[in-house]
Amino acid sequence: MVHEWALAEAVLATASRAAGGKIVKSLKVVLGELQNVDVEILRFAISELKRGTDLEAAEVEFEVEPAVFKCEVCGTEWRLDDALLNDREREAIHFVPELAHAFLKCTSCGSPDFRVVKGRGVWIKELVSNG
Amino acid sequence: MDPRLAVIPFRLGGVKRIIVVCSGKGGVGKTLISTLFALLASQRGKRVGLLDLDFHGPSVSVVLGCRGCTPLEDKGLIPVEVAGVKVMSLDFFAGSAPLPLRGRDATEALIELLAVTRWGELDLLVVDSPPGTGDELLDAVRLLKGVEALVVTTPSKLALSSVSRLVGLLKAARVPVLGVLENMRVEDDVNVQRMAAEWGLVYLGWLPYDRDLERALGDPSALFSTSVSRSLERILETANLLA
Repeated sequence: MVHEWALAEAVLATASRAAGGKIVKSLKVVLGELQNVDVEILRFAISELKRGTDLEAAEVEFEVEPAVFKCEVCGTEWRLDDALLNDREREAIHFVPELAHAFLKCTSCGSPDFRVVKGRGVWIKELVSNG
Repeated sequence: MDPRLAVIPFRLGGVKRIIVVCSGKGGVGKTLISTLFALLASQRGKRVGLLDLDFHGPSVSVVLGCRGCTPLEDKGLIPVEVAGVKVMSLDFFAGSAPLPLRGRDATEALIELLAVTRWGELDLLVVDSPPGTGDELLDAVRLLKGVEALVVTTPSKLALSSVSRLVGLLKAARVPVLGVLENMRVEDDVNVQRMAAEWGLVYLGWLPYDRDLERALGDPSALFSTSVSRSLERILETANLLA
């Protein structure tokens, strides 16, 4: 996804809906590495946006899941660090991670046909609320 | 819990009407009609957005001449504005690189794009869909609440056969279909009118095959003066889609 502020809005809206009006004490958010999210900006955005909401007092913890890709042709697995990406490509992937399919190729056979095994998406892994 | 799904309704909260331009077949002129529809509505003072869902061959930016433009980043992405139309396309990011997306990846890309794009207040969002009845169209129907469809076809039997399947899908998904638009008509015949009646849909009218169109691609002001644009304007006016 998403720019950090958009992501912050999305996380808070989802957590609030899941809590069903209860006060949220803590949240654990997993960030796929492919999203290339700046955790500090996200932390700041959430702290700003949660003021005056059911999540105001919530402790928010982040976990980054490393990205792993697997070639559909030769089966090679590789990680984002193994790929050579310029700044423009990283930025594009930051906004729409599927654009990895435009810029990455198998590090072994060069095929553009691969799947993202891990490290994409953002999800709330854990939510603790009062009551 | 996927937070992206929660933010999509907020992103589209200021959009009054969403119309997806679709066809069962490729090459029937969906992109051109979507783009002209958006331009004509904007010319009438409407606040209009144009979303390019043809991920494998995004070309709205080619029609509008805005390849290489970059959406601005401000708490999300602000669409590129061309001739008053707010435009979002993966072409702005992928450029000329091929984008080989399998089904689930196409779904994810659409969710990301809808979650990140800040359309603001729009009277109309026109969606250019890829050919067929694949993931992008199914996801558009699922994620764009209240979406309506405008079906495009050529008079070719090949196109009509595919469009027939599309119409079946739209009906099953309970998507309101505004009508059938016939494109690239080269001779008088009533095949499309007859099929539209068979499908129980309104036949909106026909657009000519325009040999001069190619020269106008990439220049919105030149597009307005094409015979296709003039014909489309009359049809949309009659169908009350520019009001």
